[in-house]
Amino acid sequence: MAEPLPVLEMTGIVKEFPGVRALSGVDFRLFPGEIHALMGENGAGKSTLIKVLTGVYSLDGGTITLDGKSVRFGSPLQAQQAGISTVYQEVNLCPNLSVAENIFIGREPTRFGRIQWKRLRKEAAELVDRLGLDIDVTAPLSSYPLAVQQLVAIVRSVSTGAGEGQGTKVLVLDEPTSSLDRDEVLELFRLMRRLKDEGVAILFVSHFLDQIYEICDRMTVLRNGTLVGEHMVSELDQVGLIQLMIGKALDQLEELHEHQLHADVGETLLKADGLGRTGGIAPFDLEIKKGEVVGLAGLLGSGRTELARLLFGADQPDSGKVSIGGKQVSMSAPNDAIGAGVAFCSENRKTEGLVPDLTVRENIILALQAARGWTRPIPSAQRDELVGKYIKALDIRPANPEARVGQLSGGNQQKVLLARWLITQPKLLILDEPTRGIDIGAKAEIQKLVVSLSEDGMSVLYIAAELEEVLRLSHTIGVLRDRKLVARLTNGPEITSSKILETIASGEHQ
Amino acid sequence: MTTTSRWRALTHHHLFWPVAVLVVLLLVNVPFTPDFFSIRMTDGHLYGSLVSIVLFGSPLILVAVGMTLVIATGGIDLSVGAVVAITGALTCSYISDQADQNALSAVFLAMGVGLVAAVVCGLWNGFLVARMGIQPIIATLIIMVAGRGVAQLITDGKIITINSEPYKLIGGGYWLTLPFSIFVVAAVVAVTVALTRRTALGLLVESVGGNAEASRLVGIRSLRIKIMVYVFCALCAGIAGLMISSNTSAADGNNAGLWIELDAILAVVIGGTSLLGGRFSIGGTVIGALVIQTLTTTIYTIGVPTQTNLVFKAAVVIIVCLLQSPKFRAKVFGAKFGSKSGATGGGTSPATPAKTATTPEAAPKMEVS
Repeated sequence: MAEPLPVLEMTGIVKEFPGVRALSGVDFRLFPGEIHALMGENGAGKSTLIKVLTGVYSLDGGTITLDGKSVRFGSPLQAQQAGISTVYQEVNLCPNLSVAENIFIGREPTRFGRIQWKRLRKEAAELVDRLGLDIDVTAPLSSYPLAVQQLVAIVRSVSTGAGEGQGTKVLVLDEPTSSLDRDEVLELFRLMRRLKDEGVAILFVSHFLDQIYEICDRMTVLRNGTLVGEHMVSELDQVGLIQLMIGKALDQLEELHEHQLHADVGETLLKADGLGRTGGIAPFDLEIKKGEVVGLAGLLGSGRTELARLLFGADQPDSGKVSIGGKQVSMSAPNDAIGAGVAFCSENRKTEGLVPDLTVRENIILALQAARGWTRPIPSAQRDELVGKYIKALDIRPANPEARVGQLSGGNQQKVLLARWLITQPKLLILDEPTRGIDIGAKAEIQKLVVSLSEDGMSVLYIAAELEEVLRLSHTIGVLRDRKLVARLTNGPEITSSKILETIASGEHQ
Repeated sequence: MTTTSRWRALTHHHLFWPVAVLVVLLLVNVPFTPDFFSIRMTDGHLYGSLVSIVLFGSPLILVAVGMTLVIATGGIDLSVGAVVAITGALTCSYISDQADQNALSAVFLAMGVGLVAAVVCGLWNGFLVARMGIQPIIATLIIMVAGRGVAQLITDGKIITINSEPYKLIGGGYWLTLPFSIFVVAAVVAVTVALTRRTALGLLVESVGGNAEASRLVGIRSLRIKIMVYVFCALCAGIAGLMISSNTSAADGNNAGLWIELDAILAVVIGGTSLLGGRFSIGGTVIGALVIQTLTTTIYTIGVPTQTNLVFKAAVVIIVCLLQSPKFRAKVFGAKFGSKSGATGGGTSPATPAKTATTPEAAPKMEVS
């Protein structure tokens, strides 16, 4: 299906950051009417390549050819005008405006300087219709779930440039599926196939291998800022792909699959009685033992995060009580939980986790420093030793404590967050989607870490969208449905993904 | 390290552009005042344009240093000018009531009263911002407007003049051949740097300003930190108020420290601290304040006609702000001076619009200078 002429060709792309060579001589091409996956571990240079392509970063070397013409974009706007549209993981739209307004914002049809609202709505409706979506364009964007908002973002971006008579040639989707559930992903794929049939070249980044194999035609694999290879998806199996991505055999992952959960679970650490919050999660009882990994399974929006936030005091419960180590904790603020030895890695790394302007070192010591108070700074020798130890132990790259956290890749940012809490030596570590949006190598590392932490006696509350992940790691699995904790299963050979799915579907205690 | 990479490292230092502007502004004076850089000793006191710049710039440096911390938490304090007036008014009216205005104990007590009032203002601001969740610009507007009225009330609507030798020292006296104000400023700057960088306060302030929600979830008591910086800012303004009223031996509730908040905000921004909060630089702020004071001095030395003062000052401020924008530098000077857009990424670019945004705001303040 490869056509002779690529719509986009990037050759010898070089991009340097202070102290890091993010891309060294990467080649990349994209054909019209194909869906092309960009694969690689975190820090392999995927995001950087996309940002160079879309004009976010300037180029330090190499050429970009679009439709046979050499181009160089100084800004995302220029790239967009040339026909390269991008949709990022986070939806960058205005939730308070209507769908139609969001689609046309900044380029509303006007006459005599007045916006033609009727025409705007009509055109938006036509556009949505043409792409086979069932969305009321007059409703506010916020009335739709995140997944639909994402679709609107795609509609918006493919419609930009259309006014200039050339339309979108290249659509870049940077991890659009990471917060979508299965049905929503299917909807997204339908839209992608539609656009593909219209001749749009789609660059798709996702960490879900199954999705790549389902939708993509071709893939380019990067490792450590260099090109490893370009393959037709049909010609490379998953094992081969993973080996290309991590550059070594799969022992690491195999090991994890065979890992036996240690049975050595101690006395009760945390006990929640009738803890609940209106609009968040119905009152629940939960017990977490010392060294136990409790996994939470449930669909997106089933109350997994809400439950975790209550246990950390991030939201205030309006009923029930929590005791940790036998002592009741008030949970009126995160400080109370932290004081009792609870740590919480939020699923929203950027908005609720990291301080992007601060360095890796500063981000790592933040929780410990907050606990010590401002008058007792961590002595610099001790600080550097701690930070160095965790950068090494978690293999944070670049291993430069002075690097700004905002510049790190997703997986490395996640590791910085983990390091921040591990340094405080918590009794209970709450991990909300710690592996979301990060690559398979880092995923395996984080899961191994969870296992070894629990062996050392740390309790972990583990939340993940992937059931297999929860199954693999947890001693006990809490099943959530419709903002209720509906079941508590003790993990064992008889517990399988389908069993959990059944529980979710039936919503009944076993 | 090659020469070019050294040069590159230099031009990318966060203080390079503020310092460069300061140096250029100073040099501009030389053709008009050939002995601009000379410092001479008369009656055991050092005199010279450089000394005057620091002396006259002292209150602004103090206010701007306090403002830096507030801005670093993502806030702003518009009330500092009013706090300057209140502190001066209280202190001077207390001294003027004394039989012996030269009594040291009375002067100290008077200063104490003034500074306590400043701290109370800071607590009020901090309470409104941190506890009540009112937007800083609105919360501090209250004292900005009402504070002048309070100062007028204290002075009974008059300008109170005093005649106190010990009090005169703070803003108009000399010590070890230098104006005493310079020592006060040096002490406050040193204390601030120590307070923020020798303890963890600076880190926590930057964290709160950089990402408030993440800071809450990491267990930082941001409420306390915010209240602290507003109190500290008001205290700095209070000291500046002592200095200004001491320099003139008078308390003018109406005009003391008028529009100083805008100069202070401008100084902070010139010094490289983003109005969005996060990273801050006390050294940058001091240089920023010196730039503003030098500019005022320069306007006089090169003889800009009074009517066009404001236009001239505005023009220079615009140039300074443009020079600080990596985007502008990249456009005008090419890649050599322009920061690599990717490398500085989110940190610098959000600062840029904020900087330009202050320019129009900065314009009205010049009515005083």
